[in-house]
Amino acid sequence: MKMISGRVYKFGDDVNTDVIYPGKYLSITTDREEMAKHCFETVYPDFLKKAKPGDIIVAGKNFGCGSSREQAATCLKFFGISAVVADSFARIFFRNAINLGLPVIVAPGAARIAEHGDEIEIDLEDGFVKNCKTGKMVQSSRLPDFVMGILGDGGLISHLQKRIRGGKIRGG
Amino acid sequence: MTLAEKILARAAGRESVKPGEVVTAKIDIAMSHENADVVLRAFKEIGIGKVWDPDRIVILFDHRIPAESEKTAATHQRIRDFVKEQRIKHFYDLKEGICHQILPEHGHSRPGDVMVGTDSHTTTHGAYGTFATGIGATEMAGVWTTGELWFMVPETMKINVSGKFREHVSAKDLILSIIGRISASGADYRAVEFTGKTISNMSLASRMVLTNLSMEMGAKVALVAPDAKTIAYVKNHTRMEFEPQLPDSDAEYIEEMDFDVSSLPSMVACPHTVDNVKAVADIAGTRIDQALIGSCTNGRLEDLATASRILEGKKVSQDVRLLVIPASRRVYLEAMQKGYIEIFIRAGGLVLNPGCGPCLGAHQGLMAPGEVCISTTNRNFKGRMGSSESFIYLASPATVAASALTGVITAPDMPAP
Ligand code: SF4
Repeated sequence: MKMISGRVYKFGDDVNTDVIYPGKYLSITTDREEMAKHCFETVYPDFLKKAKPGDIIVAGKNFGCGSSREQAATCLKFFGISAVVADSFARIFFRNAINLGLPVIVAPGAARIAEHGDEIEIDLEDGFVKNCKTGKMVQSSRLPDFVMGILGDGGLISHLQKRIRGGKIRGG
Repeated sequence: MTLAEKILARAAGRESVKPGEVVTAKIDIAMSHENADVVLRAFKEIGIGKVWDPDRIVILFDHRIPAESEKTAATHQRIRDFVKEQRIKHFYDLKEGICHQILPEHGHSRPGDVMVGTDSHTTTHGAYGTFATGIGATEMAGVWTTGELWFMVPETMKINVSGKFREHVSAKDLILSIIGRISASGADYRAVEFTGKTISNMSLASRMVLTNLSMEMGAKVALVAPDAKTIAYVKNHTRMEFEPQLPDSDAEYIEEMDFDVSSLPSMVACPHTVDNVKAVADIAGTRIDQALIGSCTNGRLEDLATASRILEGKKVSQDVRLLVIPASRRVYLEAMQKGYIEIFIRAGGLVLNPGCGPCLGAHQGLMAPGEVCISTTNRNFKGRMGSSESFIYLASPATVAASALTGVITAPDMPAP
């Protein structure tokens, strides 16, 4: 996985997990397609009408702050969001996203060069985010290799399955 | 090394570690509540069959108890079956209370250990000198599989607290004022170490208020170095061995902050962010519909004691619904023996079963558009407790109790209007 491109759906700072995935739907624990139907539902109902699979979320600082609910990352992934780019992330959301195979990219200033609806391009290996229309670019931090490994395997589950098959983890 | 670095180094089997390094640490305790359902699905998908160590996994129900829907009932059922199948030793069904209260009560929060929980407020256990942090469900399935987890060693900031609290002012007011000062992302990715005379004088319950709410400023872990009080409590609650760690005297901190509580007034976090903090006096008079005393932040015995002192012999405003939720069965029993429960009921309060209650907006005590709640919980996000058109103010048990009496936000040391 090297390049990701898509249309920008933009948010501000401190978008919390209650906003991304309302608490009243936490009883949905297994049906991921169902989770995807409630992304941002209470606070930004427009998202469900206007965002499209393949879109990239671009946000300010501290995206995903709040609870550890994995549904906040799952709902975006199964909605079809192809990546989330932000100035910074809250750490649990960040880890959840990686574990689910949803690319999360720390790129301070991305929200300044990309407007709602713009096409952007993310280069995971060379570490930049570029606005295809204006050509403006910001740097993004490269993820540690083994984190790229998890993402590359499509998330933690398939990553661990691979390690089990490779005899690196033995069953109890 | 700082306290966080010391614990991580030990868990990673290393002499020393530095901030920024990635280490793989052995996990001592892995806690999940209802979201164990999400974990076990991922665990089954991984396909290893048996969990790494059934004695180090703690599972309990607290978020939606008793089941508010058929879906949750089925969730509870799947988890109970899994617990039996895997012979998980430490399982607390819905009668015990909130995770962050019952873990210490049952001796699972131990100094020097690494704890992960599928709950963001797992930072709470840092009050016992535990490196404790929240993780997601899939990651927990990985822990159930391998017993290990990678951590980036965090930088540590030190918060030094001095001074004696004024009457009716407590740990909640302090941590709200800290969050107000440094913001909701002020401790992002960092470890926080609370030190100073005020902290050593605090009860473990009060220290837990600080470490619990540190999550709301982004902290990865929040710690208080274990002292005689900590060791005595833990020894009283478990026979398990533990190795307390202390920060080195030459530890390096990324930042040090000093707080003096001597003149700190009662504080409140206003809608809709935890860092929107003001003095209660500045917003006094705001009408409320609901007052909530409980949660993993402030549902412990000392909190109920404080509230009962204010409510004793008085009546809650007729326009206010006062909900009281003891954090655990043990807290409930003690509060009953001490007469607090009777005081709440006579004052017109409604006492709910131990658990998370309305805190997360899943069931019980939800709010209608336009309604206002003053609460001892830890999050006031828009829509957290029901309607996205409702408003949550976070405050201390004393402030919530005083406000329940008047029907408007009231500082506990202000004379009733
Ligand atoms: S009381 Fe609230 S914050 Fe605490 S664990 Fe329960 S839902 Fe989470």
